[in-house]
Amino acid sequence: MKKVVMGNEAAALAAKLARVQVVSAYPITPQTIIVETLADIISRGELKAKYMPVESEHSAMSSCMGASMVGARAFTATSSQGLAYMHEMLHYTAGARVPIVMANCNRALTPPWNLYCDHTDSLSQRDTGWIQYYCADVQDVLDSILIAYAVAERVMLPVMINLDAFYLTHTSELLVVPEQEVVDAFLPPYKPSNKLDVDDPRTFGNVCGADLFTSIKYKRYCDGLLVESLWDQAAVKFHGHFNRSRPAVEAYRTEDADVCIISIGTATGAVRLAVDRLREEGMKAGSVRLAMVKPFPVEGFDRATASAKHIIVIDRDVSYGAEGIIAQEVKAGLFDRHKDMTFTGFISGVGGNDITPETIVPLVQQAISGQGEAVKAGKTFWTEVLP
Amino acid sequence: MSERGPKQRDLFTPGHYGCPGCGATLAMRQALSVLGEDTIIVMTAGCWSTLIGIYPYTCLTVPVISTAFGSTASVAAGVRSGLSIQENNHTTVLAWTGDGGTFDIGFQPLSGAVERNDDILFICYDNEAYMNTGIQRSSATPTGAWTTTTPGSSGKSQRKKNIVEIMAAHRIPYAATACIGAPADLKDKLEKAKSIRGSRFIHLFASCPTGWRHAPELSLEVARQAIRSRIFPLYEVFDGDTWKLSPMPDKEDVGAYLKHQGRFKKMSISEQERFQQQVDDDWQRLLNKCQSTVGSQMNAA
Repeated sequence: MKKVVMGNEAAALAAKLARVQVVSAYPITPQTIIVETLADIISRGELKAKYMPVESEHSAMSSCMGASMVGARAFTATSSQGLAYMHEMLHYTAGARVPIVMANCNRALTPPWNLYCDHTDSLSQRDTGWIQYYCADVQDVLDSILIAYAVAERVMLPVMINLDAFYLTHTSELLVVPEQEVVDAFLPPYKPSNKLDVDDPRTFGNVCGADLFTSIKYKRYCDGLLVESLWDQAAVKFHGHFNRSRPAVEAYRTEDADVCIISIGTATGAVRLAVDRLREEGMKAGSVRLAMVKPFPVEGFDRATASAKHIIVIDRDVSYGAEGIIAQEVKAGLFDRHKDMTFTGFISGVGGNDITPETIVPLVQQAISGQGEAVKAGKTFWTEVLP
Repeated sequence: MSERGPKQRDLFTPGHYGCPGCGATLAMRQALSVLGEDTIIVMTAGCWSTLIGIYPYTCLTVPVISTAFGSTASVAAGVRSGLSIQENNHTTVLAWTGDGGTFDIGFQPLSGAVERNDDILFICYDNEAYMNTGIQRSSATPTGAWTTTTPGSSGKSQRKKNIVEIMAAHRIPYAATACIGAPADLKDKLEKAKSIRGSRFIHLFASCPTGWRHAPELSLEVARQAIRSRIFPLYEVFDGDTWKLSPMPDKEDVGAYLKHQGRFKKMSISEQERFQQQVDDDWQRLLNKCQSTVGSQMNAA
């Protein structure tokens, strides 16, 4: 079945198709449509699930953890300040190894108040241990949530599916809605090997000495290193069922690219248009979309940038006192190869500014030519800054 | 003995890390003896998250999750939802935390869970300060008590928050005070709480020799004195509007209670008199509530 829906509705439909059993959430713009749609679906009996209208995001994440720890598939959604309010429980859920999936609508953090797109909310949660995926379009929202449950329940880590505020949450596109039987074949019910069970009592989260603590953290670290390949395996399996794939890294015209433009989220569409224009002008440009950002998808990134001599990163976020957060991640990913290439990072589109081909093309031209204000600045160049 | 049946397995096994005379351990033992094996405990940072044992050891033989400080009620509510959607409506989900996790940092999720009437039993073991971190004041610390964050000659200047009244204001199906010094009454209340569906709250007074500065062997006596002096009266509230006084021993002054505890050592005579007056006023307010309930029931009849 095909439908024209917004990204938020696709997220709710995905949760329904994943047969989530507990939805616990607190409203925040621009996420509200997700939880309203799910509340409606559950109240109409179309999904057998408990809807918990909790009093805060901290409680939303806490109750998802409780539900997951007794073996229920749990889902929540939030944005921005709500995600920041969850922070403690993000660490907790990753440490508790509960396979929760959460949709996060990327919105600017205050102050000043701003409801529009910005990635600093989720990227500043990068060290919590959550797997992070950034959607490019409405279909990607539905597909990635289904893959997320498959991966989360395999590696026992939670997954955050990120949607750009308004560019994706409130933009309607054609969505292929898969049949329930096909989804069920791809994603069987959640059957954890460890859970809170009165017939097999165990204690979770006790105080722990340094030696065991280190071993437990090391195990999680090692499992994190498997995530990219587990995701790509799940994406291959997903392709077998749905004839679409959602790899951790998505490359566009990179086979012979000297210049690779790295982006996340919906800006990738504009980057691809920019790549086409730059190619028309004779520049061998390519686009690399990091669909997965955490853990950093090293293998896919290396493949996509194999021929690159110039790396350009567009960040819709910032790490104060440093540079863009994706720029930092990419630099770390490039560590062994950095002497063979140049690197330029830009900050663009924060707080809801549009990132367009008209923004990107001159930035890339300046970076490659070494001429222009973006290069002369000598530090990370912010586009759209008022004079 | 045979007519009583086989001895029930003790779910609280030896080897806890509590201080000598710890009231919170007695509280758990009494609670589990009534709630039984079909119980999942959600506990948070506090004395109990330490005294349960150091991983991989535990002294409890029911499932336990030790979670973040301010998440007792919300994790428990999630456990309940997760069980219910899997057709398990019999397991008791016990949210177990101290006064900090109830009166202070855990207050918002508790209020949220009770407003939604989530089917959990929330027990606050109240030792009237942050004892696990070394005796810092909470909003459950009584007036005049010394803690490390209420230094000086007067101790804490504010009143103790009345948590059961707040629960009653949520129209919670069942709220009660109980005390380790009155085990039969506690057992009765636990049985009642276990049989009721929806949110249930027990404010369980648990003495703390380490933080209250009294001899470990006096834990039960101090707890009983709290009841006798009406500092901690025993009562129940049904649906937020039916107040019922539990059996109470003869009344005595607060003097003996204060005298046994080093935390009240610096209270002057006039401060003790003021404290007595607060206790008497609160007791009268409680009696009025219980009597007006009885009165309204008689009027209705």
